[in-house]
Amino acid sequence: MKIEISKMLQKKKKQILDLWMKNQLKDANLREDLMSNDELRIQSEELVDALLKKLTDENLADIESADFENVYEILSGISITRARQGFSPRETGTFVFSLKDALFETLQQELKSDPVALYDATMKVNKLIDSFGIVTFETFIKGREEVILRQTDEITEISTPVIRVWDGILALPIIGTLDSARTQVVMESLLQEIVNTSSSIAILDISGVPAVDSLVAQHLIKTVSATRLMGAECIISGIRPEIAQTVVHLGIDLSNVITKSSLSSALKHAFSVLQLEVRKKQKENYSLKNM
Amino acid sequence: MEKSRITTTTNSMTILTVLNKDNFKIEKEQDVVPFRNRVKEHAVKIGMGLVNQTKLITAASELVRNMLRYANGGEILIEVVSKIRENGIRLTFTDRGPGIENVERAMTDGFSTGKSLGLGLPGAKRLSSEFTINSVVGKGTIVTIIKWKNG
Amino acid sequence: MEKIPILKMGQFLLVTIQVDLYDRLALNLESDLVQMVSTTEARGVLIDISAVSIVDSFMGRIIGNIASMSKIMDAVTVVVGMQPAVAITLIELGLPLSGVHTALNVEKGMELLKNKILVNGEVPDYDDDEQYDNLDGTE
Repeated sequence: MKIEISKMLQKKKKQILDLWMKNQLKDANLREDLMSNDELRIQSEELVDALLKKLTDENLADIESADFENVYEILSGISITRARQGFSPRETGTFVFSLKDALFETLQQELKSDPVALYDATMKVNKLIDSFGIVTFETFIKGREEVILRQTDEITEISTPVIRVWDGILALPIIGTLDSARTQVVMESLLQEIVNTSSSIAILDISGVPAVDSLVAQHLIKTVSATRLMGAECIISGIRPEIAQTVVHLGIDLSNVITKSSLSSALKHAFSVLQLEVRKKQKENYSLKNM
Repeated sequence: MEKSRITTTTNSMTILTVLNKDNFKIEKEQDVVPFRNRVKEHAVKIGMGLVNQTKLITAASELVRNMLRYANGGEILIEVVSKIRENGIRLTFTDRGPGIENVERAMTDGFSTGKSLGLGLPGAKRLSSEFTINSVVGKGTIVTIIKWKNG
Repeated sequence: MEKIPILKMGQFLLVTIQVDLYDRLALNLESDLVQMVSTTEARGVLIDISAVSIVDSFMGRIIGNIASMSKIMDAVTVVVGMQPAVAITLIELGLPLSGVHTALNVEKGMELLKNKILVNGEVPDYDDDEQYDNLDGTE
């Protein structure tokens, strides 16, 4: 008589869950700081429930079966939350693989008398849980990647502050390397701010840019040209001596761009373009008293 | 065998999923603006930012103009495609015109057999995320561009 | 037939493009505008493209043409109000419109035109005094 492995496992659900929990709890690396034992039990129960409910002797051998969709969903959910909570990949992996031990132990007890069936069932369960493990890892990494992506977005956002230094003069200090994605953001926010404030002069300060190669220079020239198309003038300031050196050594032509060594000299230039004059105030009262 | 010149330029070979398809026929100059609006609709729907939208539509406009000028029109397939975590718009321009004799030269800035600036093809390539051109002399030209939502 | 209206303001011509141009309309604009420069002896042309969302190489060429044609007829062309996305796209396309003067908005464009014409050594006399009251103030 052939034993139906899935039915048998379903009957032993409680035992499997208990064994699994026992395995997990005795693990020295259990992260009680990140998740309480009750939570862990609820999570484990949900997974065992979902798995055993859909398990048949047919799909046991077929890891691609659509029956396991729900199981994969639950696994992904668990994996993503664990990634966010700060579990290590090993801890998350152990969570899934320790289920294997529980299942093996149960199988062994039930199929003691039939080594061939035991071997067969073990191989199948092994494969299935391995596939669960892979899904767990994939989603774990995806969860981490999402965190990285979100942070990248945040960094790009905060790294381009457009400052209104004077009526009609904007300044944008660039800090860090200027790649094409960043140039796009810089250009967009600078040009938008030019429209919003109807400023006719923009100063791009590159004192915080570690190195200028021909690609960075190209990005800078593009920004300057786009600003001109809008009808505003763009000055590049903060050209450090070593940057001037590399620019000339690389043969980059910046002759069509107004460049200044410091932000203050750029501002001075902007004032003269706008026909503004900044003067020290005469202390009239004081001089009157002394007369 | 047909003698053909094929130039392929794609950045990645990742498998794409097509989420949405839409066909558009270009027969006369007045079709250009409605076509651009259709592309814009799709771009807005997937949440593409204004600058990338503008780049995509401008590239599309260049290619449609080429189709009208050299092949008296053609057909465009507008698709919403998705790759791992990013959505984008793919446009496939198919015409039965004379084809391009020297694709490499047509892809150089400032080259034109017509009376244009010669920015059409190279400009469209610069504005797109991915660009493929496939031309057979006497048969026609197929240009495919993809613009990713954030690319 | 559809036409883009050209307004005459003193010695300047003002064109506001409110729709996305198809080719025929743009070509008509080019010829109408050059015609108007000639008949009105205008000294400046102001093209407001703040409502235009797409400028491709064809439109760019029309704008460049208008500027070059006006120039040899002794008129200055200023393009105003280009949208940021359009500017970025034109640069990527490889069309920096180098022969064309630009300004942020109509007001600044007018100011630029006046300055350009003054630099050329002539003080333009205006039909409409009120409109250009601040001219003396700027110098």
